[in-house]
Parts: sequence; C-alpha cells; structure tokens
Amino acid sequence: MKKIHKVYALGTVAVFLLASCSGIQGKDEGALKSLGDGEGQVNIIAWAGYVEDGSTDPAVDWVTDFEAETGCAVNVKIGNTSDEMVELMQSGEYDGVSASGDATLRLIAGGDVAPVNTDLIPNYASVFEDLKNKQWNSKDGVAYGVPHGRGANVLVYNTEAGPAPDSLSAMFSADSPYSGNISVYDSPIYIADAAVYLMATQPELGITNPYSLDQSQFDAAVALLTDQKSRVSQYWSLYTDQQASLESGAVTAGTSWQVIVNLATANGAKIGAVKTKEGATGWSDTWMISSKAKNPNCMYMWMDHIISPQANASVAEWFGEAPSNEESCALTADPNHCATYHAGETAYWADVWYWTTPTSECLDGRGNKCVPYSEWVNAWNELRA
Amino acid sequence: MTLRIKPRLALASVLTAPLAWLLIVYIGSLSLLVVSAFFRLDSFTGKSTSQWTLNNLNEVLTKSAYLKLIAKSVGVAAAATLVCLAAAVPTAFYVSKCAAPWAKRGLIVAMLLPLWAGYLVKAYALRAVFDPGSEFGRGGFLASTIGWSPGFGYVAVIFTLAYLWFPYMLLPIYAGFERLSDSLLDASSDLGAGTWRTFGSVVMPLLVPSIAAGSIFTFSLSLGDYISVKVVGGTSQMIGNIIERALLAPNQPLAAAFTLWPISIMVVYLIVMGRLGAFKNL
Repeated sequence: MKKIHKVYALGTVAVFLLASCSGIQGKDEGALKSLGDGEGQVNIIAWAGYVEDGSTDPAVDWVTDFEAETGCAVNVKIGNTSDEMVELMQSGEYDGVSASGDATLRLIAGGDVAPVNTDLIPNYASVFEDLKNKQWNSKDGVAYGVPHGRGANVLVYNTEAGPAPDSLSAMFSADSPYSGNISVYDSPIYIADAAVYLMATQPELGITNPYSLDQSQFDAAVALLTDQKSRVSQYWSLYTDQQASLESGAVTAGTSWQVIVNLATANGAKIGAVKTKEGATGWSDTWMISSKAKNPNCMYMWMDHIISPQANASVAEWFGEAPSNEESCALTADPNHCATYHAGETAYWADVWYWTTPTSECLDGRGNKCVPYSEWVNAWNELRA
Repeated sequence: MTLRIKPRLALASVLTAPLAWLLIVYIGSLSLLVVSAFFRLDSFTGKSTSQWTLNNLNEVLTKSAYLKLIAKSVGVAAAATLVCLAAAVPTAFYVSKCAAPWAKRGLIVAMLLPLWAGYLVKAYALRAVFDPGSEFGRGGFLASTIGWSPGFGYVAVIFTLAYLWFPYMLLPIYAGFERLSDSLLDASSDLGAGTWRTFGSVVMPLLVPSIAAGSIFTFSLSLGDYISVKVVGGTSQMIGNIIERALLAPNQPLAAAFTLWPISIMVVYLIVMGRLGAFKNL
C-alpha cells in the first residue's frame, strides 16, 4: 500500500511540474460571442496610474463606481515594464492587461491574448479612428483590444539647473549641463530613444524607424548609449525610484512619464517636462483580454468602462496622456486637456514613435535584416553589466 | 520481528513526504532550471522551444562584460561578509564574555531586532541615508548633516547588504564564543600570552568554524541579492539584475544559463567552508 501511495504521490507531483514547465496552452481562438453576468471580480495588469480607486488620491477614482455598477471587484497588479507585463500574462493568472505596442504583438503571437468582439463594447464607437485596427492592436483586421490612450515619453528637467531644454542632446550630448545627474529608463526599448536622436543628428545612418534598425544602425545606437553611461546617475524601472530622485535633486534630467512629473511636482520638486524637438518615443496602449481569462465578462465590462467618456477623461488627465475616446475631451476637468495633449491632432503624433516590438523583418520594408528584440535585450544587458 | 519492523515503518511514513518534497520539488525544479538553459528561445513570442542549443551557455561564459560583472558581484558579496565579520566579532565577544549575565539576553534581542523590520523598509531607509542630492536638492541624511555621502553605488550596496545580513553573522559567532571555555583564556594568560596573542592563537582558530558558518549566510544572501542594488546602487548591477532582466525579456533559457554562475560559485564556496568545519557547528 505504502509503495503505491508513494508512486501515486510522485506521479502527481511530476504531472504538476510538467504542466507548469512545458508551456501547454489551453488556447481559445475565438472572441466572446455574447456578454453574460459578471463573475464578481477581475484581475488585471496595468501601468501605474491606469487603475485608480481613490487610494492614491481620494479625488482620483474611476474604479469604485465601476465596482458598484457591475459587481466586479477590480484586483490590479502594477506592471513596471512591458517585458514584465508579457511575463505576467504568460502565467495565465490574469484576465487582462493595458499593453503597450512593444508588448501587444508578442502577446498576440504567443497566443496569450484573445481577439476582442468590439460589438460588445458600446463605447468603442467613439474611439478616435486613427487608433483603431492599427498594426500594434490588431491582426489581419481583427481587433485584439481597445485603445486606451497615447502619450510621448517626455524629457524631465530641473527648472533651477539651467534654461529649459528642448532637445534630446540634454540626454545624449557629452557637454550636457545635466551630466552626472541623468536618469534613464532601464529597459531594452530605450535603445529606440538613442535611435530617435540619431535620426536627427546623423541622417547619414539612414534610420527611418527607431524600432527597425539594421546591424550598423543598431551598433551606432548602442555606442551612443555606451558613451552616455558615464553621465548617467540612475537607470530606473520602478517609477517611484525616479520620482524620489527628482524630489531629492539627485536627478536633474531624465526620460520620464508625465505621471511621474505630476507626482513629483505635487511633492514640491521643481521640475518641468517637454516633448523634444527631435521627436520622441511614446506609447499607444491597448486593453487586451487574456486567452485564458477566468472572468471574461467582467473584463469586457472593464474594457467598456475604461474607454467610456468619463473614465477615459479621468485616467487621461491623471496619467497625463491623450484620451482615446473623442467624447472624453468635453469631460476633462481642465477644458484644454485635449488641446494640451494634442488628442485629435494627427500631425502632432507624426514624430511620436509608439513602442513597437522590433522584429528581424524590418517595419519599413527593407526585408529581413533588422535586429530582433531578443538581440536588443542582450545588448542592453551587456551595456548595463 | 513485528517489533522491529514497526518503528521502521513509522520512520518511513514520517520521512517519505518531506524527502519526496526535497527530492522532487527542490532538486527536481533545480535540475529543470539547469536543463532549460540548453533550450533555444523563439525570439518573437519569448517562449522556449524544444530545440537544443549551446548559445546561451556560450553567451554567459565568454562575454567579458558578464565575466566582469560576476567578478564584481563576488567582490561585493565578499566585502559585505568582511564588514559583517569585522562588526560581529567584537560585538559577540563583548556580549558573550564581558556583559553582565542579566544584560546578555537583552543585548542579543536588541541585536536581532532589525530582523523584525521588513527588507524593503530597511533598504529604503538606507536610501534616505545615502541619497547624495545635488546642488539643486539637499539629498539624504548623510549629505544634509555632514555634507558628504558615498552616493549611490557599490559602496552603498556593500553597507546596505552588511546591515541587512549582520544578525546572520552575529548569531553563529556568539554561539562560538559561548562554547569557548573561559578557562582557555585564563590558561593562555597564565602562560604569559597578551591580549592579542590570546586572540590570535587561541580564540580565532577555535572560532573559524563559526565564522565559516556565518559567512555562508552573508555571502550567499549578498551574492543573490538584486533588490538593494536597485534601491541604493545607482547605475550598479549584480548578477541577479542580469538574471531578472533576462527572465523578464522574457528569455528563460538565457536566465537559466546565467543562474549556473551563482550556483557553481556557491557550490565551491560551500565545499571550502565545509572543509573549515562550518557544518560541524550549525
């Protein structure tokens, strides 16, 4: 008897191990056909500032009314980088994610997210047309999520450390007045920021898209970042770390998000932020639903809620980005919010390069000679070592 | 016969579950980790395939940037261990041999008290101590009171790690002093040895196993740490940061290949410390 028990126990544990390690996927290809009742909760991965229930600031709350209306309790896990979000989504433990363009394609290709039936999301109708069915949020014309909003990665600077900069040279030039106190986003995707600067300063390299770099262009960007290293005082991945350094004065210039600038300013930091004249990297985020979602109905209700005119206006204003819903512009507390963030201005977004996953197939049609993301990761790892 | 079998049966039934746990869950997952270092990654989806490759291992073993980082990490772990040691030996000696018996227990509790505070609380507290600030901000405690701070970097990391793991070094050394009979110190003194001679020739040799045992904790915990270097390290990195980034990339095979470094360093370290008698005194 004892022996049998032992074998049985061994077998059970082995099966668990295999199931968790071999990447077996319960993939469901189709989108939801009709909406049922809420499951009582929804587990989502989001960027900091995207899901606020009043605990950060009592006035900043678009979760409580959603929970009251739908009965879906919202459990949020903050993702610090796109890489972390992909990793978390692969676990299959979450119902959905607010993914940026450098994560969406990987999630779609990996079968981690399901197509979205936009007919079940009434607010989708008033989303800006130039955000729908784009290369980063759809596949073969099928939507894989709803657009959340967009923004540019800004250059943050200490207003007492000199005249306001307007160029990325504050980050990359050897004679930057901020040398030694520069803060850089600690992610491989930051290589694209160097590429944006090279597009303006070294046109002979022929870079047309900062996410599509052939080997020589890629090497030039990495060389620029290696040169920048001696002037950097911080590589941040936790947004609170950059916020603390901005407040203490340890950092006087850096790559930042408007939400960090807002939080640090509220705590008394003397800082400003600008989209640089060379253009900028940026994000256009998409709410996606997991292909293994345990609470799909609540997730659909959340996707409809977060792009509803009022909630989308609140989140866009809090995070400091352009809303995705056209009707949100009439509901922001600051009536000029959409103008400030250029929500409807197609021209403004022309030099904002939304985060995209680099692939060996170049995005600008040069063929199969670009450096894929895995190489970006290796290069960044080596640079940081 | 039955009397002899029954206790065995009882023993077996008690030990089977924990042994199975150790073998399958711990050793098993560790070997799966090692094996996964040899899988090729599908670079787009970020999932490992079932094709075999030596590229990950090659990348990890030959790139000079990584080798330098591993040397630095070992250096940081060794330095943190030495700082702990330098602080723990006199402290433990005082508590064990000099303090009044009634004060002993209170002192020990006081020195273990920091273990009751959370890791992140302590790391961020030290961040507030080391923050160098700049001419545009007053910085942290050191910078604003004495006007100098080592700033964020390896020095701050070493002191933070030493602060975090100090009790793990203190306890075994204190136990070592407790086992050290006072009569040995008296005998040494009677034979004409001075304080330093007694310390060098009598106390230290008997303390080596305790120090080795304590250093296993401080060295291994420091070597594997990747959080405090993020909090107080500025631009510095440790092996753990590289493993984390590879894991989040996500490139699990490469992350697994990197972990072979700390695993083998620790195996060597444990063998050396075992020779010094670390496990006889645990």
